Amino acid sequence: MTDVCLKRKIRNYVDIAKNQAEGFDIYVREGAVLNTQHRKAYSSAGIKPESKKLPKNEEDAYKVKNFMCKNFYDIRAFGAVMTTEVNCGQVRGPVQINFARSIDPIVQQEVTITRMAVTSEKDAEKKDREMGRKHIVPYALYRAEGFVSANLAEKTGFSIEDLNLLWESLQNMFDHDRSAARGKMSSRNLFIFEHETLLGNSPAHKLFDLISVARKDVTKPPRAYSDYLVTVNRTELPDGVKLIER
Amino acid sequence: MGYGIRLMVWGEFACFTRPEMKVERVSYDVITPSAARGILEAIHWKPAFRWVVDRIHVLNEIKFDNVRRNEVSSKIPSGNVRTAMKGEPVLLCQYASEDRQQRATLLLRNVAYVIEAHFEMTIKAGLADTPEKHYAIAMRRARQGQCFQQPYFGCREFAAKFRLIEDDEPIPHSFHRGEKDLGWMLLDIDHADGMTPLFFRANMKDGLIDVPKIESGV
Repeated sequence: MTDVCLKRKIRNYVDIAKNQAEGFDIYVREGAVLNTQHRKAYSSAGIKPESKKLPKNEEDAYKVKNFMCKNFYDIRAFGAVMTTEVNCGQVRGPVQINFARSIDPIVQQEVTITRMAVTSEKDAEKKDREMGRKHIVPYALYRAEGFVSANLAEKTGFSIEDLNLLWESLQNMFDHDRSAARGKMSSRNLFIFEHETLLGNSPAHKLFDLISVARKDVTKPPRAYSDYLVTVNRTELPDGVKLIER
Repeated sequence: MGYGIRLMVWGEFACFTRPEMKVERVSYDVITPSAARGILEAIHWKPAFRWVVDRIHVLNEIKFDNVRRNEVSSKIPSGNVRTAMKGEPVLLCQYASEDRQQRATLLLRNVAYVIEAHFEMTIKAGLADTPEKHYAIAMRRARQGQCFQQPYFGCREFAAKFRLIEDDEPIPHSFHRGEKDLGWMLLDIDHADGMTPLFFRANMKDGLIDVPKIESGV
């Protein structure tokens, strides 16, 4: 599961949960046609006309960035690239997500299905039904690892409220993303390592290693979450790091 | 060169995009000195000094993999943002489904490197910026796993794990034996000279790449 896939789900969740409340708009959206009326005027508080006097480029680019960060949750969280004359309109967000990978190798199943109707009139002359294929994974448990950099959060204005919304979206993102292709997906466990200091109190890989996931019975293919055992090694949690389970 | 650092970095994926193949990203065979510098800067950096990468040890076999993703094709037009800032109604978002591009990435799998680097003070260094101080900070952070942001291999979705190799610790053995010409590779972008890209002929000898010195400031 790619990073962008998970980020898409987070964006969609925030969009639904906040319903375009001020400051929680989503920049990269899905499904344009239904939404084209989504045309918003943003009130630019704090930007006074005298600002024009200030040196152009850097100051201006900074303001543009700031404005976008203030209004869009996904830019605050993940960052964005903005085109400006000088190549500096880039926002690096604090949230960084890796590819999620399944604990065990998966085997896809191809399911052939039929439809009692055809697509075009021309097809109708020859046949009265069409066949299609679905590729499904019988069961898989995916593990995603991510990072939130406090230093970059400071730069984009990603707040505690934003962070809690991120946790909430990670827990609920699949509950609002049902479709024929996806079947039953759900977030099972969310482990948060909270460091006491801005720079962190322990290397990330050591923390990730504290959580191990294994099959209970290795002779059988996993078909449910209960086939897995998630172990958390709390005794080796370094000083200054808090483990929060949600 | 008393103030050197040796940092081991490793990860599951990496993509050091070749500038000539950026649309459908194709990675270089190994980490570029520029990406290595980025990793060091993610741990500790101040305008007072600059990191200079001296040598790169390539520990693992070079393996590629292909990943195709849906991406958007355009960037945020700053003109629209300025219009919106004035309070005029404008469509200030991107519809991914209408602006879609499928792009493949030829990325590296299971990479591990040792970066040997040192730093040089710049003209921006103040009185309080002694090399000893910044060296101590960098070493402490690398030892404790602290960083300004999680370093990454070329793209932010490919996070890099890191640890300091202590002075008395040997560098892990490399998979590579013999000499291998890796062709022309990006050395770095010279920010002091209008973002000019600099290239070098990378030659890997028993897994070790010597990085030429950049004369002007980066």
